[in-house]
Amino acid sequence: MARDYPNGLWIKCDNCGEILYKKTIEKNFFICSKCNYHFRISHKKYIEYLLDDGKLEEYDSDLETNDPLNFPQYKEKLIQAQKTLGIKDAYVYGLGKIDNIQIVFGAMEFGFIGGSMGTVVGEKVARSFRLATQLNIPIIIVCTSGGARMQEGIFSLMQVAKTSLEVGISDRKGIPYISILTNPCYAGVMASFASLGDIIIAEPGAMLGFTGPRVIEETIKQKLPEGFQKAEFLLTHGFVDLVVPRWDLRRTLIRLLNIIWRK
Amino acid sequence: MKEYLDFEKPIVKLIEKIEEAKKKGNEDKLKRLENALIKVKKKIFEKITPWQRVLLARHPQRPYTLDYIERITDDFIELHGDRRFGDDLAIIGGIGKIDEFSCVIVGHQKGRDTKEKLRRNFGMPHPEGYRKALRIMKLAEKYNLPIISFIDTPGAFPGIGAEERGQAEAIAETIKEMSLLTVPIIVVIIGEGGSGGALAIAIGNRILMMENAIYSVISPEGCASILWRDGTKAEKAAEMLKLTALELLEFGVIDEIVKEPLGGAHQDWDESARILKEVILRNLKEVIKLSKEEILNERIEKFRRMGI
Repeated sequence: MARDYPNGLWIKCDNCGEILYKKTIEKNFFICSKCNYHFRISHKKYIEYLLDDGKLEEYDSDLETNDPLNFPQYKEKLIQAQKTLGIKDAYVYGLGKIDNIQIVFGAMEFGFIGGSMGTVVGEKVARSFRLATQLNIPIIIVCTSGGARMQEGIFSLMQVAKTSLEVGISDRKGIPYISILTNPCYAGVMASFASLGDIIIAEPGAMLGFTGPRVIEETIKQKLPEGFQKAEFLLTHGFVDLVVPRWDLRRTLIRLLNIIWRK
Repeated sequence: MKEYLDFEKPIVKLIEKIEEAKKKGNEDKLKRLENALIKVKKKIFEKITPWQRVLLARHPQRPYTLDYIERITDDFIELHGDRRFGDDLAIIGGIGKIDEFSCVIVGHQKGRDTKEKLRRNFGMPHPEGYRKALRIMKLAEKYNLPIISFIDTPGAFPGIGAEERGQAEAIAETIKEMSLLTVPIIVVIIGEGGSGGALAIAIGNRILMMENAIYSVISPEGCASILWRDGTKAEKAAEMLKLTALELLEFGVIDEIVKEPLGGAHQDWDESARILKEVILRNLKEVIKLSKEEILNERIEKFRRMGI
């Protein structure tokens, strides 16, 4: 995880350990200038980097979970995350433009309980696809998540079904869906809408998969191969279309949209 | 190997005594013991805990998918392979007849003895298992046959090959495609409903659940190890996760609880299968009346309602 010293001038790269001047890194899309490591950034940064004028007309920003299992210590955790991040849950979506093409844009926030998908994330992702279908416009989602949210139990698991189903429905209506996988993306989110993009883009070095590496290692009692579950590994195995560095994401989206949508 | 659970000990002791009395032909004693057995079973099962349900759902003697298929169908032909990589034996699928109904059946399959357990990978599928199930379910769409899906897995297999071949994509794709089929789908959770690995083939018009089955986003052990870094506190986690049939019925996540014989499905496979067949057919007859469009919409709306 990126150890960000909010008041300091320097950031240490989590990958290579290099001490980096913060202003340089900020200008470089939070990519380490030495090793190309992509620091984890908030959903707000993706809105800023990818959308025209960095502007998103947000939908359903007030939707909040009702803690359906009454799970111990969950409410406290939620309040804490909401206070720190200024959002109600781990996913933000709405209308935006890329190269003046109107799209539905969604982004997950890993800082919010590990970007986990509970009822609110699931419902808002589902609504994103319905909005795209209703307006007949493309949809782009930046994914990052540890998986389904344990604290909402079976309801979280049902969001895996709900979101996959909505992808399917919008797909049949011919709605283009581009999914952008960022570090890390696992389990319930990878096993649903994240893996179902028409075009799947991943950031370099992003850790992506179904089961986390530690659990796999513990289960099979074997050391994992070099580069296992990295974006480049998924590219080699046929599960990602493009590995695109963050600084080139917007340009890539513009090229893609101009080919598939503005014809 | 121990074939019963600790809390079942009084039941097992009584069954042993009954067998003995049967051999000796002691009718009086037999009757007394049989009555005692019912009493003991009732006593144990009326205050059964969520954790005990977890243990029952994983009971080594519990009937598995093929045990039910054998008892429920009049004919069944298993089909093999995903046409892409291989034949995953942790998921089975095929076509068969249940009374007058031709249908497609898919399900997770666990193994009984050590050799069989390994062959079935403990009921934990690889991507090719899901792709096989989806391939066979698409035959149901083509032939206009209803689908019965049996759920019984600890989860999708966490391994190198599984990741290389796209475990997440296989699950996502199977869910997406299954939800858009226009034939009736009846899902039965017969044992363990282990997270995404279970859900992948559990998108139905009706979700039925056996009385002692469980269905959860994470295993109680996994939950306990995340919360308290202590997998042994699974008993407490099992309560918090609300993974029993009764709780899930209240949540509206499942539609119906399928009764098991007193003492659990493993006490009487034939009776369990008889009850299950009745419930499956009743539900199937309801859904089959609907038009293709209604079948699809009913399923879509069902999952749209889950959560907020």
